Amino acid sequence: MNPTVTLGTATRVLTQLRHDPRTIALLVLVPSALLIMLRYVFNSATVFSRVAPALLGFFPFLLMFLVTSITMLRERSSGTLERLLTTRMAKLDLLIGYALAFALVAVLQVALAVAVSIWLGLDLGGAVWALVLIALLDAVLGVALGLLASAFARTEFQALQFMPVVVLPQLLVCGLFEPRGDMADVLRWFSNVMPLSYAVESLQQVANLPSLDATYLRGALVLAGSVLAALGLAAATLRRRTA
Amino acid sequence: MLDHIDVRVRGAAVTGLIGPSGCGKTTLMRAIIGTQRITSGTALVLDRPAGDPTLRGEVGYASQEASVYDDLTVAQNIRYFAGAVGAPTTDIDRVIDQVDLRDVTDRLTGRLSGGQRSRVSLAVAMLGSPRLLVLDEPTVGLDPVLREDLWSLFARLTAEGTTLLVSSHVMQEAERCEDLLLLRNGRVLTQDAPSALMLRTGTHSMDAAFLRLISEEAAA
Repeated sequence: MNPTVTLGTATRVLTQLRHDPRTIALLVLVPSALLIMLRYVFNSATVFSRVAPALLGFFPFLLMFLVTSITMLRERSSGTLERLLTTRMAKLDLLIGYALAFALVAVLQVALAVAVSIWLGLDLGGAVWALVLIALLDAVLGVALGLLASAFARTEFQALQFMPVVVLPQLLVCGLFEPRGDMADVLRWFSNVMPLSYAVESLQQVANLPSLDATYLRGALVLAGSVLAALGLAAATLRRRTA
Repeated sequence: MLDHIDVRVRGAAVTGLIGPSGCGKTTLMRAIIGTQRITSGTALVLDRPAGDPTLRGEVGYASQEASVYDDLTVAQNIRYFAGAVGAPTTDIDRVIDQVDLRDVTDRLTGRLSGGQRSRVSLAVAMLGSPRLLVLDEPTVGLDPVLREDLWSLFARLTAEGTTLLVSSHVMQEAERCEDLLLLRNGRVLTQDAPSALMLRTGTHSMDAAFLRLISEEAAA
């Protein structure tokens, strides 16, 4: 790997985004807009305070998954991926470049969403930075899984449909709708191996307790590990030689 | 797709890969640059097996559809690929001038004409001065003046020692090549210099020579 090439890729992806201001606006504003909506769906700051932390992790995860899987699919179908793979560039230079670029966008997205949530009455027991960190890791996990999922889609239409397959089941079992302990055994086991469950645990911990405990740390480590695993698997799907 | 291909491409010359659409030109080119999995047989490129990691940077490839980013400007595209290839930064200006895109460097690549986009792709292939350039239909959609410019560029590159493999389905272009590979239905019909080919078939145009070869093969 070569840091110059990795950063070059990140810069390139951001430059592409800069030529598409509408996408940047959607990425940065949509989670905040949804949170505002949610606050008045419940019409109660107390209920909002209970669900907002989990959703601060979920929205960035969802949006980054969508954007990355489609961007990467374009890279595959336009021939630019094949071209890059004929160069000396390492596969991880490309993937980490993507992750860095979208992580930077996620910083804006998450910072705004957290600020808006607090303004809407989110009662945070712990530190803001600890909340932001988990939300960011969630966003980067979305990027990494999106890079991976793009390998299994042939068209943008298919890529879009991986969202309900990869993202929604995780939302259903993450503990937001029902405590994970109350679920049917099979679903509890399933939720035990899904990274979003750990993210939600960490986020709820930050929201409720003033100091960070082992649950928080475990969540952060599971997310970071999942990001690395997804990037590694995504690298394995990039083939320099195809049939 | 391809069957019984046994050819040797001349160094420091332009070899034309000529044949109708669907005859296997692109597959053969991809086998040479190492992106196509070869089920049986070997392809040696600059004395190493095709796709060998040491060949990266020594082989430049431009696919038929321009493989560049439409949402970047010409200069941004070339700068990014220069980094990926590991080409010196002086190469950026060189290749832009070589394909005559100086006037549009700050335009978005997606807004350019088809011929201009394919020249951006060609410029990227030339980054890092590869010893072998594999170009899939580089002159499609170009007006006669630009086509002429590109062929002079190819001649200059071979004079500097670069080997070019250029595909085309336009027979007139074949006459500009030093050597020709005529491909049909995944097989090599013949390999020869254009003049020798016309002499051998007793024809005066490449079109006629190609048709003669096909009917000879059908008769045999």
